[in-house]
Amino acid sequence: MISGHLLSVADLSKEQALGLLATAKELAVITDGPNKKLPTLRGKSVVNLFFEDSTRTRISFETAAKRLSADVINFSAKGSSVSKGESLKDTAQTLQAMGADAVVIRHGSSGAAKRLADTKWISAAIINAGDGTHEHPTQALLDAYTIKEHLRGDNLDLSGLKVVIVGDILHSRVARSNVLLLTKLGASVTLVAPPTLLPVGVGDWPVQVSYSLDELLPECDVVMMLRIQLERMQDSFFPTEREYSRRYGLNSQRLSKLKSTAIVMHPGPMNRGLEISAESADDIKSVVIDQVKNGVSIRMAVLYELLGGVSLNPSGEGSNK
Amino acid sequence: MILNNAQTASGKSISIKIENGVIKDVSDTNIDGGVDVGSKLILPGLVDLHTHLREPGKEDAETVETGSRAATIGGYTAISAMANTNPVADTAGVVEQVYRLGKSAGLCEVKPIGAVTKGLNGQQLAELGAMADSIAQVRVFSDDGKCVSDPLLMRRALEYVKTFNGVIAQHAQDPKLTVNAQMNEGSVSARIGLVGWPAVAEEAIIARDILLADHVGSRLHICHVTTAGGVALIKWAKERGIQVTAEVTPHHLLLTDELVENYDPIYKVNPPLRTEKDVWALREALASGIIDIVATDHAPHPSEDKDCEWQAAAFGMVGLETSLSVVVKAMIETKLMDWQLLVEAMSIKPAQIAGYDQQGRGIEKGAPANFILVDPGAKWQVRRDRLNSKSKNTPFEGMELPALITDVYFNGVQTVNNGALTGNRAGE
Repeated sequence: MISGHLLSVADLSKEQALGLLATAKELAVITDGPNKKLPTLRGKSVVNLFFEDSTRTRISFETAAKRLSADVINFSAKGSSVSKGESLKDTAQTLQAMGADAVVIRHGSSGAAKRLADTKWISAAIINAGDGTHEHPTQALLDAYTIKEHLRGDNLDLSGLKVVIVGDILHSRVARSNVLLLTKLGASVTLVAPPTLLPVGVGDWPVQVSYSLDELLPECDVVMMLRIQLERMQDSFFPTEREYSRRYGLNSQRLSKLKSTAIVMHPGPMNRGLEISAESADDIKSVVIDQVKNGVSIRMAVLYELLGGVSLNPSGEGSNK
Repeated sequence: MILNNAQTASGKSISIKIENGVIKDVSDTNIDGGVDVGSKLILPGLVDLHTHLREPGKEDAETVETGSRAATIGGYTAISAMANTNPVADTAGVVEQVYRLGKSAGLCEVKPIGAVTKGLNGQQLAELGAMADSIAQVRVFSDDGKCVSDPLLMRRALEYVKTFNGVIAQHAQDPKLTVNAQMNEGSVSARIGLVGWPAVAEEAIIARDILLADHVGSRLHICHVTTAGGVALIKWAKERGIQVTAEVTPHHLLLTDELVENYDPIYKVNPPLRTEKDVWALREALASGIIDIVATDHAPHPSEDKDCEWQAAAFGMVGLETSLSVVVKAMIETKLMDWQLLVEAMSIKPAQIAGYDQQGRGIEKGAPANFILVDPGAKWQVRRDRLNSKSKNTPFEGMELPALITDVYFNGVQTVNNGALTGNRAGE
């Protein structure tokens, strides 16, 4: 069971993380039935406070909240008072006054979610839906859920699994959250990127680091491709798209080196032809669509535990009853 | 006025007689008719070479008057108003305005620092000579807040100020290596996802400017050194007789980048808080004299500039009122320094570097009566709502600090009594 806020994977114990995955599983089973909607959060209001455009994450949270019968308010910074210079504090206090029970925040500033939780601006439960280049905890949870669904049974953690994360680690909140969560759950993680896209200080992370993708492919169970932002090229993080794609892209030749059981992941949206070829994205090994589907279950689980207050799995051990 | 039973920094018990703003007499024995100060330490008034007073232009953050009050409570009898005001202090007119505001506040000497380049734009020299010749008699020039990054312009500035024995105080920060930088680049920045401000961006400029100062035979002062690597470069330069001096801030002597972990912008400062290893290198460098002085980099900001998310927040911390106590905690409680070395680093040497001839003279016959009394055994707790500065952005909130400044005398006028401003001001 988690309580309070969900700001960072670092705040979760292994038991809490597994508990969330188990809650998500139970909710998935229920919502796969004829009636997708649960009455659990009736009367609660969830605000999607998005300072950056992210239609995918927003509609995933929106779907999750609506399946739990919460009222959903979408607050997009673009075209609102925020674009006229309103501060985060004033926005938060406005939402407080309107009685938001949970605020799902996506913000370009690392730590923005934690600031909302730490200050007295607002008392709602804060859910970090991506803060700058820091973390994106629900993405890591849905990724762990997806890996578990494909490669592990219900009662197990991810021990023994080899995960390779490829791409712009430096600017990736998905990578930071996944490193923390997947290693917490027992997986061994290798980061692959050109040195320009690895943070100084990565040596302190509980991971392996490699500059070369090819030698890792035959061994790994999961290969997770990160989206590469085209503006990184202008800042000389790599010379050209073509060179990046040649050295770090998942093309069909690299895909063929993977074990038959291995899975290919991508947090989306994909740049087909850049970090991942169309063949790889559409291959049977690709679980990208499962990730999207599981995202709804995970976000339901997070909202359920933070706002519902009743544990589906009081043992916290992630076992199905 | 006569004060009996004061302890000097070197441990001598003395009595002093003040007349007409000057220390008229210093005696080993009590002088009749004096006030017993109860063995408090008597130190020359502190001198700050790095103070942001925000006036003109940002009077909601600080004014010369409120900054002078904060300085006085903090034991300073001279402060140096940085040039990054609005308008920038890049003409005789602006530095004279700041100088006059300081005079009319009458609490401490307010010495304007002139901008090196016009509008701090880093492209064209400001009228350095006119500022030197003005009634403000500017000798220290700095684009602080910004680096004079153009090497040719830096060379010219270093050469030009030799005419009037000026010094260029460099804010060492390579702008290209610190685009959008938020905190020290290292383990913590990697973990919490803030854009890194690498040590090399500071050290590359220090190295370059040391070589330039050597080449043209000029005086260079490095503002707020923060890295172990910077210390090594300054040591190298001093061993070769290059005319370089350097300052460290109290906050860089005490705080590390681990504090940024909670994203509270109260810890957002430029240059950024560094690592434990850097903190110890800075402390040792200050103790050994590689770093010459402590300077506050007092940087007031209104609350809205800190009560926000990290990236939106302003860089800077107030420091005048906590400076002495923080240095005592970092340097004396750790036994790295004694009171005499502290006096050199916070009063004597800064006055020498900047050429403030009424300051840092020690407690001696004939010196201007600029001194403070300190209870070294007292502890006090920092409370932001009790600060005299108009801005409350202290990173030391709630911290218990050693050494309490009880009395301050400026030109013979008692400006602080029992830790509170008396309301007295020194006239012309």
